[in-house]
Amino acid sequence: MEYEVIIGMEVHAQLLTESKMFCSCSADYADAPPNTHVCPVCLALPGALPVINKAAVEATILAGLALHSDIAETAVFARKNYHYPDLPKGYQISQYELPLCLHGHVDIQDDNGQPKRIRIERAHLEEDTGKLVHMGDHSLVDLNRAGVPLLEIVTEADIRSATEAYNYLTKLRTLLRYAGVSTADMEKGAMRCEANISVRPVGQKEFGTKVEVKNLNSFRAVRNAIDYEVKRHIQVLESGGQIKQVTMGWNEAAGHTFVQRSKEEANDYRYFPEPDLPPLQVSQAWIDEIAQRLPELPDAKAERFAAQYRLQPADVMFLTSEQDIANWYEAAVALYPQPKTVAAWFTGELIGIAREKGVTFKEGNVTPAGLVSILQLIDTGKINRNTGKAVLAEMFANGESAERIVVNHGWAQVSDDAALAGIIERLLAHHPGEVAKYRGGKKGLMGWFMGQVMRETQGKANPDVVRKLLQETLERGA
Amino acid sequence: MGLTIQEVEHIAELAKLRLTAEEKTRYREQLSAILDYANCLQAVDTTGIPQTATVLPLKNVMREDKQQPSLPPDVALANAQEKENGFFRVPPILDE
Ligand SMILES: [Zn+2]
Repeated sequence: MEYEVIIGMEVHAQLLTESKMFCSCSADYADAPPNTHVCPVCLALPGALPVINKAAVEATILAGLALHSDIAETAVFARKNYHYPDLPKGYQISQYELPLCLHGHVDIQDDNGQPKRIRIERAHLEEDTGKLVHMGDHSLVDLNRAGVPLLEIVTEADIRSATEAYNYLTKLRTLLRYAGVSTADMEKGAMRCEANISVRPVGQKEFGTKVEVKNLNSFRAVRNAIDYEVKRHIQVLESGGQIKQVTMGWNEAAGHTFVQRSKEEANDYRYFPEPDLPPLQVSQAWIDEIAQRLPELPDAKAERFAAQYRLQPADVMFLTSEQDIANWYEAAVALYPQPKTVAAWFTGELIGIAREKGVTFKEGNVTPAGLVSILQLIDTGKINRNTGKAVLAEMFANGESAERIVVNHGWAQVSDDAALAGIIERLLAHHPGEVAKYRGGKKGLMGWFMGQVMRETQGKANPDVVRKLLQETLERGA
Repeated sequence: MGLTIQEVEHIAELAKLRLTAEEKTRYREQLSAILDYANCLQAVDTTGIPQTATVLPLKNVMREDKQQPSLPPDVALANAQEKENGFFRVPPILDE
């Protein structure tokens, strides 16, 4: 039987603010000793009152605009009640019936590379919880993270495969970074993900029973956990069993999901409006002001890159995947108006060098002007293309100018006819067999002759000159 | 009587309270009376009246995103029943 996979995703992204959501403690807890970024508000001491961080509200609206959402005229914070030691108040301040953002969408590619729209049900603002360290016979609580502003983004059940889930997350991360509201770094916990997964026979109207998989903390985990759950669901259904509605975790090391709790003990959150926080009224003027801060978004940029620079879809996708990459590329093209050449050197060579070294291209020392100076040396015949690549690698490592690298390594191209002619004469004299075969019609040997000359000149020969001289000499004696 | 004993037990569970049988009966009566009273309000026709989250004439009470010093660690942990290396120490939480 054929099955259809139905997935909805909930993503939590920490917002990049200086202070926490409802108090003035620093929100940057990364290297802080435990419980050093805490105050009466985030410790939930009796009588302490929360005050809304304006920057977090504006970041949520900015994210909502990047997600093409409607921004609510009225938004209300609500208490989500449950008991857990990482939540000192006994409730989390969140938004429930009146979130800040509703009805957005994110455009992605499906498994076949076709455009697909994932609808966003809502995006709301809440506070992060503290961190627990499990010690076996006891647990330890650090509340530095408690109260860090958190954006929760919930999709409709529009996702149909692990690949779509992966593409959605990648696009969401790109959008949040473009909007400048979150680092969206999953490995550092700044973006966390849960997936609601169900499976139904193709053609069936009702949804299958869904399971919720929590703690998906890397892109790989998302893909693997969904693949695992889908296989498990189909196996259970095929053998006549029933899926139990449960919350699961993902064990990345072992590569399987495990049951965290079953529906019977599910929480009853008893949401109600937060009495300590007055409602938010969002005027159109405020939205317009925030919208000014939105940069050109990835989809618009991709469309422009395709039209303006006439690039291949794969190049467009890569070059618009991060603002830094797009800006770097455009700066180089401004200096050297050959978009395809710049794209090839950037995406092929420069990124290749960075990957080999296991760093990002920004960690190297190549500026747009630096790459352009290499391209100009190639254009003027000072170096050949292959030497250009070597210069780029040197520049990446030490940041020296292209000219200096060429001089220091003695890499200037040999275009001198007399010098090359001598080398070619000697080469042909040493290989009479190959010469005879070439003259007998095996023209494919030209590549071999070229290679020999390049080796002899340590790659510095001008290939066009070598080819011309080789042809002249070989044809002359035929 | 609005509430069943099972509902009282569920509420107690959510509030992390352990109740005796006698307490369950007593709270069932008291909570039911409160609910009955609240139910009187259901009789009011609220068609067309927007949801009210607060009756205070306040909105958009916000602060600028500026960091202020937090509590000194010894003060932050002063009321902790148990502590360990700067952490609050609590009974074991089952690793979910
Ligand atoms: Zn605080």
